[in-house]
Amino acid sequence: MRGTLSDRTGAALLMAPLLLFLVLAYAWPFLGVVKWSFTLPTPGLGQYHALLTDDLVQSVFIRTLRIAAIVTVVSVTAAYAITVVWVRGSPLQRVLAEFCILVPFWISVLTRAFGWVALLSNRGLINTWLQSIGFISEPLTLVRNEFGVIVGMSHFLIPFAVFPLASAMRSLDERVLLAARGLGSSRMRTFWTVFVPMTRSGIIGSAMIVFVFSLGFFVTPAILGGGRSVMIAELIYLRIFQSPDWGLGAAISVVLVVFVGALMALVFRYVKPKQLV
Amino acid sequence: MQQPGRAAEIKANGIGKSFGSFRALDDLTLDIGRGEFLTLLGPSGSGKTTFLMILAGFVQPSEGRLFSDGVDITDRPAEQRAAGMVFQGYALFPHMSVEQNIAFPLKVRKKSATEIKRRVGEMIERVGLNGHEKKLPAQLSGGQQQRVALARALVFEPGVLLLDEPFSALDKGLRGQMQAEMKRLHQETGTTFVFVTHDQSEALALSSRVAIFNHGKLLQVGRPDEVYDRPDNRFVAEFLGEINMLPVKGVKPADNGATGLCEDRAINMRCKAEKVRGDAILAIRPEHMSIAREATAGENGIAATAVASTYLGAATKLDLTTRQGAKVTVSVPNEVAAAALRKGNSVWLTWPAEKGFLLPDGGQ
Repeated sequence: MRGTLSDRTGAALLMAPLLLFLVLAYAWPFLGVVKWSFTLPTPGLGQYHALLTDDLVQSVFIRTLRIAAIVTVVSVTAAYAITVVWVRGSPLQRVLAEFCILVPFWISVLTRAFGWVALLSNRGLINTWLQSIGFISEPLTLVRNEFGVIVGMSHFLIPFAVFPLASAMRSLDERVLLAARGLGSSRMRTFWTVFVPMTRSGIIGSAMIVFVFSLGFFVTPAILGGGRSVMIAELIYLRIFQSPDWGLGAAISVVLVVFVGALMALVFRYVKPKQLV
Repeated sequence: MQQPGRAAEIKANGIGKSFGSFRALDDLTLDIGRGEFLTLLGPSGSGKTTFLMILAGFVQPSEGRLFSDGVDITDRPAEQRAAGMVFQGYALFPHMSVEQNIAFPLKVRKKSATEIKRRVGEMIERVGLNGHEKKLPAQLSGGQQQRVALARALVFEPGVLLLDEPFSALDKGLRGQMQAEMKRLHQETGTTFVFVTHDQSEALALSSRVAIFNHGKLLQVGRPDEVYDRPDNRFVAEFLGEINMLPVKGVKPADNGATGLCEDRAINMRCKAEKVRGDAILAIRPEHMSIAREATAGENGIAATAVASTYLGAATKLDLTTRQGAKVTVSVPNEVAAAALRKGNSVWLTWPAEKGFLLPDGGQ
């Protein structure tokens, strides 16, 4: 037991700098934000009451949840397909998939958002091309709306969705798949009834990462949404930096953090954290 | 592997498999009879598992053809062969209950819900899993998981059941119990069983025939008593159990057998000497030799000295050295061993002429 104890002390010491950093950089300032939400402009629950009654705040909340949900479905589905190729494909397919997963990490989120503007805008590549082949006469509105936001966010989040899926697929016992085929199940059926259910923890982990990231997205919706599909992070920014309404901005932040915390607690009841990486 | 409920007859014709430069299986020709319990026995890397995977359709042979009931199935994918298969480690579906695992092959075959329910119920009854229907594999003991794997592989009445070292994860007591159970299932279903193991006692106890593999080659196939008592070569002789090797000189055919000189004494052998002439090795199992006080005229025997003993409960294993220095092990009653050791010097080692077999000198 002494060994265990000193092991634990050692682990705690190694963790200490990280913990200290989290407390100083996140927990402490966040407590300040919590304080603002109850004290600005006047002490009380006024800001939380406003949250419940303010139509704008509510519609932004709902839009954020909707976009996050759609982005989650899109990203996890696309990431699933990429991961299958990455983990189970031929050596060449693996290299290509790995390239596609890693390259986006080298390009800043800002660059990528403007890249999508260049592609999707009225005089962007896609509209120009579709008009030149005569497929459409008027440009499609692909950007400065929710569609653009969803495309841009999904593109950013797919690589993050890949890792929990890859870990689930790698730990899967190959013989179970062989067993299914040996029992008469086609490749397709084996995929849907055995492979996908067996990677469930990866899907949940992946979905959670994407969903939580989506809730806090700021730059991508700000650029690709063009002010028309404001998400919650942008609303917080506007409340604090544009209108001196720190109390409301703080209250929205608190609600967002509590919501994410509750969501993670719920998911961790079904999936162990270590299954996610 | 076609009609449900009917045992399949399988023919392997010149099957070979290479993985890169590694020759996993070489020119294998083997007939597996309808309803037979065939064991593929050999050390790891001997090709036995590769052959099982080829039978299942998971591995494509590099050459040769495979027939089931006269139909060429070499190119048929695994899901269309539908041989029942029990994997090492069972490979149960972890997200499905016992019931759902067993129902899987029937669902794939689009059987009606009532038929699935009935047949799964029967199978659960047959393997003794009543009361565990709703449990997940992770909630079961090793022996119970094994039963689920057997039930799942047999429920759709495959023509052949393939078993890949199914007992390797079980402790000894449970292993014996499951072996008995498998023998019973074989008799009840009448299906052809092909069983892979590296445990020779398991092979001898269970099978109607044993096929012994080494280095990708099929060395011998025969009934357990045939391969045990009359192995074709030294590897088979040694792999199936402990065996003594005595050099014999001047071997020549004689009336119903052969004669020769063992440690300068004339001996008679009932085994055929067509493959060996001159110098050879006489191989005899420890339990076929006995200890006598002195030589009896006309009986095979040589002088030896007892050097050590191992008490095994029912009998004692006695290590001896012959006058010319060959090391011999015999299995004898406990009091005989004690007496031989007390005596401290020469005893007489005898064996009946019909026991033992000749192998080429130094041959493999």
